[in-house]
Amino acid sequence: MPAILVGISVLVPLLYLLLRAFEADSELSMELVFRYRNLELLYNTLLLALSTLLAGTLIALPMAWITTRSDIPGRKILTLLGVLPLAIPGYVMAYALLGFTGANGTVAMLFGIDLPRLSGFSGALTAISLYTFPYLYLNFRSALAGLDPSLEEVSRSLGYRPRVVFFRVVLPQLRPAYYAGALIIFLYVLGDFGAVSLMRFETFSYAIYLQYAASYDRVYAAWLALMLLTLTSTALVVEYRLLRGLFFHRIGSGNEKRANIIPLGHWKWPAYIFVTILVLLSIFLPLSTILYWMIEAFDAGQLAGLRQALSGSAMASAPAALLASALAVPLAYIGVRHPSRLTRGIERIAYLGYATPPLAFALSLIFFTLNAAPILYQTLSLLIVAYALHFLAEAIGPVRSSLYQASPRLEEAARSLGYGRLKAFFLATFPIMRNGLIVSAAFVFMSAMKELPITFLLAPVGYETLAVNVWSYTAEAMFAQAAPYALVILLFSTLFVGLLFAKEWTSR
Amino acid sequence: MTCCIRHFVTCNIIYLILLLSFPVGLAAQTLTIYSGRSKVLVEPLIQKFEQEHGIRVNVRYGSSTQLAVALLEEGSRTPADVFWAQDAGALGAVHREGMFQKLPNELTSILPGRLHNSGETWVATSGRARVIAYSIPRVDTTALPETIFELTDTKWRNRVGWAPSNGSFQSFLTSMRQLKGNDTTLQWLLDMKDNGAQSYINNSALLQAIAAGEIDIALTNHYYLYRFQETNSLFPVNQTYFRSGDPGNMVNVAGIGILNNARNREAALAFIGFLLEKENQQWVTDEVYEYPVRTDITMVPGRTPLLDIQELSPPLDLDDLSNLDQTLNMLRRSGLL
Repeated sequence: MPAILVGISVLVPLLYLLLRAFEADSELSMELVFRYRNLELLYNTLLLALSTLLAGTLIALPMAWITTRSDIPGRKILTLLGVLPLAIPGYVMAYALLGFTGANGTVAMLFGIDLPRLSGFSGALTAISLYTFPYLYLNFRSALAGLDPSLEEVSRSLGYRPRVVFFRVVLPQLRPAYYAGALIIFLYVLGDFGAVSLMRFETFSYAIYLQYAASYDRVYAAWLALMLLTLTSTALVVEYRLLRGLFFHRIGSGNEKRANIIPLGHWKWPAYIFVTILVLLSIFLPLSTILYWMIEAFDAGQLAGLRQALSGSAMASAPAALLASALAVPLAYIGVRHPSRLTRGIERIAYLGYATPPLAFALSLIFFTLNAAPILYQTLSLLIVAYALHFLAEAIGPVRSSLYQASPRLEEAARSLGYGRLKAFFLATFPIMRNGLIVSAAFVFMSAMKELPITFLLAPVGYETLAVNVWSYTAEAMFAQAAPYALVILLFSTLFVGLLFAKEWTSR
Repeated sequence: MTCCIRHFVTCNIIYLILLLSFPVGLAAQTLTIYSGRSKVLVEPLIQKFEQEHGIRVNVRYGSSTQLAVALLEEGSRTPADVFWAQDAGALGAVHREGMFQKLPNELTSILPGRLHNSGETWVATSGRARVIAYSIPRVDTTALPETIFELTDTKWRNRVGWAPSNGSFQSFLTSMRQLKGNDTTLQWLLDMKDNGAQSYINNSALLQAIAAGEIDIALTNHYYLYRFQETNSLFPVNQTYFRSGDPGNMVNVAGIGILNNARNREAALAFIGFLLEKENQQWVTDEVYEYPVRTDITMVPGRTPLLDIQELSPPLDLDDLSNLDQTLNMLRRSGLL
């Protein structure tokens, strides 16, 4: 039942776009759809999405392995540092990289080295990879943490070397997690606007933004958005094909046991260097940029505004995170346990909501609520629901991967002991899914904290969030005033994610 | 976690009930503004207005465009009383849908005739001039172009930056179409593109690109430079105008109008009157570095006064500026959008 509700509510934007798109006369539509420029945009978008995926994998896989399986000191802190880049708004990352390079950049000022200023494809790729890799990292991490170690032990006892075990036994089991993370990164890149626009790399989402920005023309923008959604559907079909027929839970009784920690040995230094560079680039660089802005002109008078904006952000993002993870459970559950075309389809629909450009998503909700439930218009509840629905896809992946590791036998056993369906689920399966749920909530929370167009258009009048402030000051080139807000986003996200993971850490 | 979720569900239900019990429109003595102008530029004025008039003000901030699109989507059900936008294009879009009401003569007569639209549904609240910004170390001031047409010279190959997606740039292009005709304008766009003009997302990105050495000159708005200079007195960029009457010198305006269904017309009128008061126009000039819409304001020494800028800029009607369709088609046809 909740699944159907979700399905319907995510389909609303799609219907809205179709409605707008077909407002145009067909000749104009054809002209808009079959422009040569659209092919260029398609090429750019795909190139960027696939390259980001590759870069993200190369960063996230080693990072996940190091922080779950190796004996590197400070694994908890490292885990947190591996998640935090998600809290950095894309345009802040882009500003940081832009300010770092070039003739007037930090490197040139401090060391006298003239790095070429990042821009275009390489600039967009660097920026987006640096703040999206956590999507893969966290998915890998929960999968690695949830793997049954006995498989590896058996392979080891059969004489395989650790490296062979990793490639033959561990990697294949990471597939659901990889697909989940990869899909999110892919879709994220399709929709990213902040970084690509500052790096001047033209993709579909950039073109859609320009369309709304320039012409108040909701028709061409709707066409572009629909093209983007077609691209998304293709990605969803590919992922569906890849996932079909996978199952990774234990068949026998198994044992509750943690995986062995592998000493790094002479790989210690490469691992240290890798982690250090990653943290420097993905966290230290944007953080120092923010602090640098702040030192230029700090105004204590801003503190009152900060508090208001923080409570605004928190009151919308935290409930949205919990709501999205709660909705993700039934969706992922029916998808994994009762796989059929229908259930898979419903689960995939959530991804369409994610891939709908946020501005179009927000406009469609305006249209929908004003016509169907005007009393909800511009209420906090609507904002929370909008966040949750838009970011639902981010929540589904981790929950689904964790479900793959929970054997249905456990639940069946619980039911045979006389527990009802729900009770059995909460007793047997839910505890195994907890890791996944934590990750889901973290994803949605940080995305909602950064979100702009949906907040602008759907929040109650006068409602303020941190992200809206960061954007509004940077848009006026008042970086010093934007800095405290960006800093609070980072600090508060650290706190929230820390809190989520603290539960996991203490329960071990 | 289970109890967490249950707790959360109850919380949310309480939320919903609470929110449901408050109607969206709020009390009568509350003015609801959709502001496409950033909070930084307007908040002090709004606070002053609340104090002086005892009217509570609720503001929805956003980009002018997004708010205009939202207004079109909301139609007559919008909770907004007034729409305050950063440029003529956004106001024109709302005006064309017939969503603004006519403003009384007492308001429009405060301004010089060209600072409200001819339908008298919105008035300008401040202005900003288009300028040419240049790198101090890399550009010889004697070699600066006198008109935008010189920018297509090979001398400037790959050295010019512009922001084709930016509202101010599009207004400038619209005015150029009015002044020089469509063919000349399209040809200029194509020549600029061939000459390697670099596109950026907005005006501050242009100035940063000059400072970073990516480009040497840029077509931008006048006040961004002052903001950079505020925090960095050594910012290696300066700016100037083209020769008098050149399309490159036009003045863009921010403006405000009252929506047809405004619940609180009196407060809305009071607010617009307040914005046009001499004292508040002076504040905009001194603190936000924009141009006032009144002629009796003292300019900061060293900055071009309003009367001079009006002389420099070509003659234009604001209604002409609000019609962007052809400009956008032109930008699309030349592959810039």
